[in-house]
Amino acid sequence: MDFSKRDWKKAFITAGIPVIILVVLAFFPMYGWQYGITLFNHFLLFVVLSVAWTIFSGTTGYISLATAAFFGIGIYAAALVYPSVGDRYPLFVVVLIGAAASFVLAFIVGAITLRLKGIYFAMFTFGLVLIVRELLYWYEITVEGRRGRIVKFEGNDTIYYYLLAIAAVTILVAYLIKRSKFGLALQSIGENEEAAAHMGVNVTMVKVFTYAVSAFFMGAVGVIMATKWSYVDPGVAFAPMMSFSPVLMAIFGGFGSIYGPVIGAVIFSYIEEILKTGNWSRYYMLIFGTILVVTILFLPSGLVGLIQNVWRRVMGRRRASA
Amino acid sequence: MDLLIKIVIGGLILGGIYSLVSMGLSLQYGVARVLNIAHGEFLMIGAFITFWLQENGVDPLLSILIVGPALFVIGFILYRTVFTSIRLRSPNPGVFESNSLLAAFGFFLIVQNIAVIIWGTIPHSYSYLGGTVSIGGVAFQENRLVAAAFALAVGIIFYIFIARSRTGKAIRAAAQDASTASLMGVNINTTLALCFGFGAAMAGIAGSLISICFPIQTNVMGLGYTVIAIVVVTLGGLGSISGSFIGGLILGIVGSAVSYTKWLGSDLAVASYYVIFILLLLLRPKGLLGK
Repeated sequence: MDFSKRDWKKAFITAGIPVIILVVLAFFPMYGWQYGITLFNHFLLFVVLSVAWTIFSGTTGYISLATAAFFGIGIYAAALVYPSVGDRYPLFVVVLIGAAASFVLAFIVGAITLRLKGIYFAMFTFGLVLIVRELLYWYEITVEGRRGRIVKFEGNDTIYYYLLAIAAVTILVAYLIKRSKFGLALQSIGENEEAAAHMGVNVTMVKVFTYAVSAFFMGAVGVIMATKWSYVDPGVAFAPMMSFSPVLMAIFGGFGSIYGPVIGAVIFSYIEEILKTGNWSRYYMLIFGTILVVTILFLPSGLVGLIQNVWRRVMGRRRASA
Repeated sequence: MDLLIKIVIGGLILGGIYSLVSMGLSLQYGVARVLNIAHGEFLMIGAFITFWLQENGVDPLLSILIVGPALFVIGFILYRTVFTSIRLRSPNPGVFESNSLLAAFGFFLIVQNIAVIIWGTIPHSYSYLGGTVSIGGVAFQENRLVAAAFALAVGIIFYIFIARSRTGKAIRAAAQDASTASLMGVNINTTLALCFGFGAAMAGIAGSLISICFPIQTNVMGLGYTVIAIVVVTLGGLGSISGSFIGGLILGIVGSAVSYTKWLGSDLAVASYYVIFILLLLLRPKGLLGK
């Protein structure tokens, strides 16, 4: 058997196809289809959030519900250093500032809470979003005497390229982490944390660092989305739905692979976009909840897992008959 | 002195309702192992059923007799169908906890949006026992005192039920170790479903009592109470019913103290609960009465 040939084929599939997709997407704005770009911006936002969520929670099994908090920190970083009037840094720098702020917050939160058992962690992160929102409201209304801020507005194309770049980097980092020794350590933590510690994995360090890395990307997209919305207040920036949407998307797609969250994010943000354009947003949430329950009951490994199962069965049958 | 009376009585009024909500979550999370994010939505449904009955001429306090059993049935069926099937399929308790948390979030969205479709998002309120009573020179609204008294009474009756009855014994056994309890002849699926049902019923009753005192709103009222209940359950200790009862009263007094402090105000009451939560997780994650 010629192994080198098979390896080339595999390398082409894992590296070639994403590169081709990336190139196609990079030339996408040239067609000048404005609605398409808005739609893709929406897709890319959730692709980044759900892949970033999977980097940490998908492998370790710690359910983080603080996505909205890190996303919101990015939004507020943009509001502070990229206002519509007055001095501001270049957008590229602002993205890094927002991402770094999220990274630091996640590092602190992780260092405090990741020693806790799984479910306490979920509770803590769930409350984090609400508390940051309450404190910001209190600060804005009581201390500053106003509510909300204006961020400099950016065009659709600029937002698209930034989101595409962030999404590409997020997926690349997710892939590299998964392939590396570090990813192996994460996986062993997910399977049995005590055993991982005995094998010499610095459990707390690995968890905290990965958590911070996943928050880095959430903060980065937060900055970009702030320039799209232009008006931000704590209620917009720290909406609890932003914590749960990525989780559902990742579970629906299947977080065993990197493709899973991407597929889940595209499908769900498309459904959302269709239903939200009419007066259907309440029904969107209803459908969203129903799909979440049904997925957990009947599709424990997600859409990708289902496809793999079906594929394996089809291939197996073919081989058996040959 | 006036301020002290204000803080303590005001705190007990808030705390009585918090206790009831939290005892419900304590059963659902401490015993049935479902971190029920939809808990506050059951409370909201209870409040709105009371509101609807009140419009049709039923006394709000009597409506408890309808709201409690109705929500018990909903909770029981939910656990017996959805959560039991998740539990039996999960390889270990950790997987069950995270999957049931996400399923509970699904129910959060479903229940909340059905309510929004029926009742809209504007705040509703009605007047009931609008007079005031003076305690130590400070005026309190009658309806709040009545609601708090009912909340405390329901809480105490339920505590006696757990401590004395045979079903209560089964529930306490399941809280300690579900699999051992099932070996001892406790029908574990039914017992856990009972816990979930009782939890939903208590949330519903708390909702009825809240609707007597405060304006109610479909899309925002639930989540705040869920967060408070989570803090109280952690404060009291997982699976400890009496811990939740005491924890609720403590949190109520802290909340009213923060609300009446001049430069803090009621906006920061929720923030103060969260500070307690953080300190607790860091210093004593087992809670006050946890083992």
